[in-house]
Amino acid sequence: MTIPTKKKMAPAASKLYADDVSLLMVLIDTNPFFWNSINTSLSFSKFISNVLAFLNSILLLNQLNQVVVIATGYNSCDYIFDSSALQNHNQKGESLLQKLEEFVDKDESLCRDDSVDGPGFSLLSGSLSMALCYIQKVFRSGPLHPRPRILCLHGSPDGPGQYVAIMNAIFSAQRSMVPIDSCIIGAQHSAFLQQASYITSGIYLKPQLLDGLFQYLTTVFATDLHSRSFLQLPKPVGVDFRAACFCHKNTIDMGYICSVCLSIFCKHHKKCSTCGSVFGQAQTQDSSTPDRKRKTSVDN
Amino acid sequence: MADGQVMKRAKYKSSVKDPGVPGVLKMTRERFVFMPNDPNSSRKLNVEFRTIKGHKFTKEGSSRQALLNLTQEHGGNYILEFDSFADRDICREFVAAAIAFHGETGKATSEKPAAPLQGEQLSTAEMEHRIKLLQEDNELQMLHKQFVIGGILTEAEFWATRKKLLDQNDRRMPKQHVALKNEMWSVKPLSDGQSNRVTFNLTPEIILQIFAEKPAVRQAYLKCVPIKMSEKEFWTKYSRAEYLHSTKNVVAAAAEAAEDEELAIFLKQDDMLANEARRKIRRVDPTLDMEADVGDDYLHLLDHGLLREESKDVLDSQYEPYRRYFSQDLNQHAAVVLQGRVVDVELGDTRSVAEALARTKQAELANEASEGNSEIDLSHRISRIAEMDDLQGPRDPAVAHLCIKDPGDYFDSQQANALKALGDTGSGVKTLKCNVSPLEAYGSLRELVSEIRVRGLSEPITNPEVAFTVLSGLTQNISSTKYHLGKNPHESVLDSLPKVTREDLLHHWTSIQELLKHFWSSYPITTKYLYTKVTRLKDALSQVYPKLQEIKESVQSDFRHQVSLLVHPMLQALDAAFAHYDADVQKRSAKNGERTNGFV
Repeated sequence: MTIPTKKKMAPAASKLYADDVSLLMVLIDTNPFFWNSINTSLSFSKFISNVLAFLNSILLLNQLNQVVVIATGYNSCDYIFDSSALQNHNQKGESLLQKLEEFVDKDESLCRDDSVDGPGFSLLSGSLSMALCYIQKVFRSGPLHPRPRILCLHGSPDGPGQYVAIMNAIFSAQRSMVPIDSCIIGAQHSAFLQQASYITSGIYLKPQLLDGLFQYLTTVFATDLHSRSFLQLPKPVGVDFRAACFCHKNTIDMGYICSVCLSIFCKHHKKCSTCGSVFGQAQTQDSSTPDRKRKTSVDN
Repeated sequence: MADGQVMKRAKYKSSVKDPGVPGVLKMTRERFVFMPNDPNSSRKLNVEFRTIKGHKFTKEGSSRQALLNLTQEHGGNYILEFDSFADRDICREFVAAAIAFHGETGKATSEKPAAPLQGEQLSTAEMEHRIKLLQEDNELQMLHKQFVIGGILTEAEFWATRKKLLDQNDRRMPKQHVALKNEMWSVKPLSDGQSNRVTFNLTPEIILQIFAEKPAVRQAYLKCVPIKMSEKEFWTKYSRAEYLHSTKNVVAAAAEAAEDEELAIFLKQDDMLANEARRKIRRVDPTLDMEADVGDDYLHLLDHGLLREESKDVLDSQYEPYRRYFSQDLNQHAAVVLQGRVVDVELGDTRSVAEALARTKQAELANEASEGNSEIDLSHRISRIAEMDDLQGPRDPAVAHLCIKDPGDYFDSQQANALKALGDTGSGVKTLKCNVSPLEAYGSLRELVSEIRVRGLSEPITNPEVAFTVLSGLTQNISSTKYHLGKNPHESVLDSLPKVTREDLLHHWTSIQELLKHFWSSYPITTKYLYTKVTRLKDALSQVYPKLQEIKESVQSDFRHQVSLLVHPMLQALDAAFAHYDADVQKRSAKNGERTNGFV
């Protein structure tokens, strides 16, 4: 996929791609089980209409702004909208909704589960990777490109199985200096996205009033990255980086760390259960055991 | 004390019973001066600390008098009585420091400088150092005043966490290992020139050296004295043997040895030494190749370049045991000197010296035997050196097999914990529809999508009131001080607070930190002492709690929010400590229930 705007504006690109031009990758959660389980305060149709209005306002903010929407489904994810690929500018919403329907069908056909307990997990790692791939492609298209950012409109709980993939995506985004903004529309906080936004210096927000989602989106997430540096946007109250011990899975403040593989334990073990290293005897008579490190949660 | 002198009222007594002469005692680093109140009295004192060897003192309470007894090098002593034990203790510490000072700088004769002041007692120098530290650091002084004088922490506990501060200027020399004289004892016979008498002078020091260098002599001494012969006879015999050696007349020595069995021991080569030499050679690294070092320039000289007019003439093999080589002596002497003084006994008693040396030797041998595997180790090393590199297969690096668990099951649980820790309230409110079939779920989603397609966007998208609430909520949230905190170093929230509140807050913060440092370092509680310490600290901490609350309430409403933001982390830290304390107490009591003997 090439970027038509780039092609069209090629001669004047250097002037036109000012620092306030954005490429906004929007990841919308289309996990049907989540939308089915959520209470009526925000239905999917209402959510989509809010998002559509938001996308329109982004495109209105700057003529060169580009919006790409990726649907994060239960079994798959896909691009459902790309403002640069669209020929008919008057039917943005229509084309998005059509693609969305197709996507839902496809996602359903991939579904092999007979029934799903609870809201299920959406494939956030997949859509994050797709967004990053798209951004990489834009980066490689030439020296001049809009400044990309990722906005996750996420509601499903975090899928623990995706932890490593998501963390890798986060670090990849951090490396390419792409902020990941997150707007949590579900009932629970997302530890993944909290960390993602923290690490990539994006914004993490869990709106209190889902009725006013559009207002939240426009106030917090609409501004381009350049203007963002002049604004005061909500800051996270604190990210809990406390780790859980490998043995009992309790979140701990203080514990033992394997010197070989950095596994965390809440009490002294003779052998690391992760890497199998054999530890020496802890000096229990010493009141300040040297290998007992304190891990404190960050409060900022 | 800080300016290096002490002046106290005291009485000088010639004996404990003596009523004493009242006067003033003045002590400086160098000397102490006693001036009687009565100027006509002759009992003045002006003594240099250099001459003072030690000091004794009466225990507090054990007798009425607060006495300090300074013992002089040559037997004399000065008894001083003080008005109070406090006075006495100050002087005692000063004296100890002064003696230690002169012991270190003056001469090495006093081997136990300030030794009685170990443990709870502190030398004056250390005390001064601490006081200096306290004076330099206002905050430290405040903490010290609050906790040490307030009885929450002991002096030792307080400084234990600041060892670094103390060590910085602590240039005290470690106790030195006393070596032997690096001088070979060669007999210098004193002949008076008239008769044929030859006199040897043996001091206990020399005897120690002989015993250390010549195990055979030591053994002979233990065996013969005093059963077979007296000490004097023994040494006479030894001296005779030495004399014979010094004449270098091997033939004469052999002849004498043939006559006297005991004398032979001294004249023959030392079997024990030879054994030890063999043992030591075995410990030499097999990679050491003496042949390769043949080019070293001192080796081409005969007898390692040591000039000694050894008899060049070839002797019969029967005389061989009576020959002694200078290089052997030199090596043995060097080994003993390097080892230093290994025994710590009074030199006067020759027998005990000999026995002590024998014991250490035995202990050494036992140690070596217990190591045991050195033989195996050696053979391993030899075989490794002997093997040819290019004929060996690649040696596998010693790596442990790596086994890594599936990380999934870890993150699985961590996720749940993380969410729990975030303090979600939403999850409890709404009921999730469980067990939804995909058909139903996707169906409803599709329905919703088509709903928008048919109906279009709702008008208006957001209710203006809701939008206003959101906007003002966000603005309020953003403009809260929390965001500004620490952003600008020039204007902090603290500056906007009244001075008193600000200082209170800072002070409480440092004191909480101090207490918490001690609190956490006491865990795990292994001794009764730690248990009481923790209890004490916990009580102190719980006293801080209401004070913080007071501060919060005392400030004006404009600042209350900011102050509560500042106080919050302090309270959190306190709460964490209390929670840990309670959990520990519970665990402890549960354990005690199981085991009735009740540890701690």
